[in-house]
Amino acid sequence: MSAIGRSLKRLEDRPLLTGDGCFAADNRADGQVHMRIVRSPIAFGRILDIETDEAKALPGVIAVWTAADIADLPPIDFRMTRIAGLEPYRQHVLARDYVRYVGDPVAVVFADNPYIAEDAAELVFCDIEEETPCLDATADPVAFMPERDPALLSEAAVITKSYGDMEAAFAGAAAIIEMELKVGRHTGVPLETRGALAVRDPETGVLTMYGAAKVPHYNRDSIARMLGLEPEQVRLSEGHVGGGFGIRGELYPEDVLVCAAACRLGVPVKWVEDRREHLMAANHSRDQVHRIKAAVDANGFVRGLVDTFYTDQGGYVRTHGGTVSDLAAALLPGPYLIPAYHVEGHIRLTNKTPSGTYRAPGRYETTFVRERLMDAIAARLGLDPMEVRRVNLIPEDRMPFDRGIEALGTHVLYDSGKYHDLLDRTLTRIGYQDLKADLARRRVAGEAVGLGIAFFVEKSGLGPHDLVTMAVQPDDTIEIVTGAASVGQGVETAMAQICSDVLGVPIERIRVIHGQTDRIAIGFGAFASRVTVMTGSAVKIAAEALRDKAIALAAPLLQADVRTLTLEMGCVVSRDSGATIGLAEIVAQSGKDLDAEGLFRADHMNYPYGIHVAQVRVDEAVSGIQVERYLVAYDVGRAINPMLIEGQIVGAAAQGIGGALLEEFIYNEEGQPLATSFADYLMPTCHEMPPVEVLLREDAPSPQNPLGVKGAGEGGITAVGAAIAAAVDDALGRPGLITSLPISPRRLHALLRR
Amino acid sequence: MKPASFDYIRPGSRAEILAALAAHGDDGKILAGGQSLVAAMNFRLARPEVLIDINGTKDLDYLQPSGDSLAIGALTRHAAFHKPVVDGPLGPLLAKVVRNIAHYPIRQRGTFTGSLAHADPASEWCLVATTLDAEMLIVNAEGERRCRAGDFFKGTFTTAVGAQDLLAEVRLPLLDDGWRSGFYEFSRRAGDFALAMSLAALKLENGRITEARLGVGGVADRAIRLHALENELAGKAPSRELFEDVAASAKAAIKPSEDIHASADYRRDLIRTVVLRALTEAAA
Ligand SMILES: Cc1cc2nc3c(=O)[nH]c(=O)nc-3n(C[C@H](O)[C@H](O)[C@H](O)COP(=O)(O)OP(=O)(O)OC[C@H]3O[C@@H](n4cnc5c(N)ncnc54)[C@H](O)[C@@H]3O)c2cc1C
Repeated sequence: MSAIGRSLKRLEDRPLLTGDGCFAADNRADGQVHMRIVRSPIAFGRILDIETDEAKALPGVIAVWTAADIADLPPIDFRMTRIAGLEPYRQHVLARDYVRYVGDPVAVVFADNPYIAEDAAELVFCDIEEETPCLDATADPVAFMPERDPALLSEAAVITKSYGDMEAAFAGAAAIIEMELKVGRHTGVPLETRGALAVRDPETGVLTMYGAAKVPHYNRDSIARMLGLEPEQVRLSEGHVGGGFGIRGELYPEDVLVCAAACRLGVPVKWVEDRREHLMAANHSRDQVHRIKAAVDANGFVRGLVDTFYTDQGGYVRTHGGTVSDLAAALLPGPYLIPAYHVEGHIRLTNKTPSGTYRAPGRYETTFVRERLMDAIAARLGLDPMEVRRVNLIPEDRMPFDRGIEALGTHVLYDSGKYHDLLDRTLTRIGYQDLKADLARRRVAGEAVGLGIAFFVEKSGLGPHDLVTMAVQPDDTIEIVTGAASVGQGVETAMAQICSDVLGVPIERIRVIHGQTDRIAIGFGAFASRVTVMTGSAVKIAAEALRDKAIALAAPLLQADVRTLTLEMGCVVSRDSGATIGLAEIVAQSGKDLDAEGLFRADHMNYPYGIHVAQVRVDEAVSGIQVERYLVAYDVGRAINPMLIEGQIVGAAAQGIGGALLEEFIYNEEGQPLATSFADYLMPTCHEMPPVEVLLREDAPSPQNPLGVKGAGEGGITAVGAAIAAAVDDALGRPGLITSLPISPRRLHALLRR
Repeated sequence: MKPASFDYIRPGSRAEILAALAAHGDDGKILAGGQSLVAAMNFRLARPEVLIDINGTKDLDYLQPSGDSLAIGALTRHAAFHKPVVDGPLGPLLAKVVRNIAHYPIRQRGTFTGSLAHADPASEWCLVATTLDAEMLIVNAEGERRCRAGDFFKGTFTTAVGAQDLLAEVRLPLLDDGWRSGFYEFSRRAGDFALAMSLAALKLENGRITEARLGVGGVADRAIRLHALENELAGKAPSRELFEDVAASAKAAIKPSEDIHASADYRRDLIRTVVLRALTEAAA
């Protein structure tokens, strides 16, 4: 039986369930010292002086550094989407001249234990001349660091993309619809905060950082560059990771500091972030305002769409460069034809925590924008919202569909999709007409209940390539080494299933090594829903090469012609004689290694898609919203392990509900963050979560990889804001009411009172 | 989020607790369930030099009906109220309310008296104590004194309990069989502190309200008992109109606090709703 397509139990779970997990804070080394960051208490101001004498004098303190002590370290560079003009906005590991958000690292303390480190951090005094913070990305740009460079303004870049004849689109329009839509500031909040242990081997000089995640190879190269080391002198090692979501594992100031300190202080250095720090230091995300204008015909077909949007980038531009805004700009049109499109995305710096990517970056925001537009069109023209979508959806016979613009430097080419078909299946699954009638009955009886449906296109499998090596071990297991990373998504199981599918070896006999820079030359890590597509395809290629090699080596041993040999259940079998030989046995008898490499290249991303359905009940008297039912329909091309995909989708839907209803980084006028603990930054819990149904389809396999697979990491979150907003409108009978997320009770109350 | 340095002592008797409090004065702090204090220490918002852990004094953990009241000891956990603890309407009332306090694990540690001593404006037990006019027994090395809820709560996180005092016992009046209660709170998630809540108790005889208790919590610096509205309810037959009127008056009577989760305007409307729902449930 094929190993692909089965909901096999995860290989990863045993150590996690038996307490054998090794997370960042579990790493320790003899003689380690603890690092504590002194963070700016002020949102924006010029640094006059940083007083460290008192802290240095505290017994148990080993060193205290400010920017002056590490003046040789360059700022942290971009990993992705390097847009011209962004360089001056990069963050130094410790603030220089200015602080730009509450939480900006201004000094760092090293001490014998974390308690002393925190005591000492309190004794560091920052003399900062406060300036008026900029907290609104739609306001006119201001000086980034007025004294240092008065001409450098807080608008770092403008991303423009465009195609089609906009004038013609608007000239013949039956209606023009304008809207302003906003998605608030929230982010991925992994259960495990960040942390690292850096150790330099005094003999070899090799610096190892434990607690790496997401993109170990890239970060190794960056750290080496920043510290003036050769890449071979730096090793990054990933352990278990308690959640990534795009934010964890990027190169942050703290990672560079532990490594620099391990080299310069000559002792192992450990840092574990606390939750309060995490909520103001790790990347925030979303926070976009879109102003759109659409020209539509009488059927609701969008003839042309113009969008101007503002990304609140926070204090600096971090490793993601312009990624979020670029993806927002490129993917806003989603599943619809939209023959003319013009977008201008303004990346604006403010005095909040820097922001970066979070699960479905740019798509959560723009799906909200686009789907709100579809609902507005339906309301304006008196059409059924599903009909409006049908009229606009890209038909199957237009696939592959060339959008004519680029995303992340690759051409946006929708590889495959049966959008209308999935819409029909989804409506059938929920019993659309009956459900609508049922909700109408409940509304007549006095309940405010409603339904919202939103369509989205995701993207996955970002190239350029991925490499795996594979080798049969003496104990008859197979070791796969990949430069991909595991952030908890089930990489080991999925890779083992793909390998098992080719070699017939049960997944329990396959070991997947990931996130270790000393085990494989290149690696791209885990982001952009790329691992199953890219690494998975490389595994398939490697496994096929291994199979061919096994047969070739077995032929003389079995005294058979290779054409009569097959690989079954991990053994080479002779069709003629029935003789068999196991893989480890081939190694033993031939005296040769049985190994292979798989390299997979992809020039384009692929584009999974789906539909979210939300049913909500609003308690108007308290402005409360309860999600009664949630469904995600998703076409993944090919499902390697349906259980893992469902897990990804349900978890992502929970985060989406958080962003739609609960989670928000609120700042006061002084730029003080007001949500810096879980008492105020509200994550959804099991009480707030409805059961999430998943309609998983494989109707449109990707023609761009040998598995036909598309990514599944993000589609569960993409359309949540859009679907819930539509459902709330419907429940209240007020189309177009919701234009901003999250729909907090406070905000809903203000809307209802209007 | 590591606490500042502190000393820790664990007295074995009430007398030792009082001696420790007397010895350390402003520098000492009682550790009961720790569900508020430890978090405050981790944020370094509280920096006691000496932590006086009362968890070793097991005889402070009791629930005792005595006379016309229920006596609650200084170590009685929230979870003790999950099932009715006394016959009559008070037991179910407390069981109904306790489910709204935090989450199951927190309720296993956090204490009833600790909540009162801590005096969070949105504490359910503070609302119960205020509405039912609880009596507090405050003791220190010098002696003891009693104080009613109306004089006990002084504002956010401040009460009549001084630095050397132990809140040793709280007494709630046992309600006789004619009483019925209703409680409603709105919070952003299950287990969160309420944005607004109301407790109503009505004594009904022959279809009329003979006595009423009505309180609102989570909307100001302390729970508020609405005496005037209690009088308004007394002598009347329960009805939708009556409750609507009383709820509207409650909304008008209170100047609510503001925070990131609720504006004053929003809280005003919440007050109306929670009072209406609590009264409606009480009369149902
Ligand atoms: C996630 C979370 C959610 C919560 N949600 C709620 C909620 O919805 N509603 C709610 O009411 N509470 C809530 N709480 C708080 C919880 O109920 C606490 O248990 C309670 O506020 C304090 O009780 P404690 O026994 O834990 O006191 P501690 O934390 O030990 O002490 C609190 C304060 O009271 C003092 N103190 C304690 N006992 C005495 C005494 N006998 N005499 C004098 N001083 C004393 C201490 O010195 C300290 O200053 C929540 C807590 C958490 C962690």
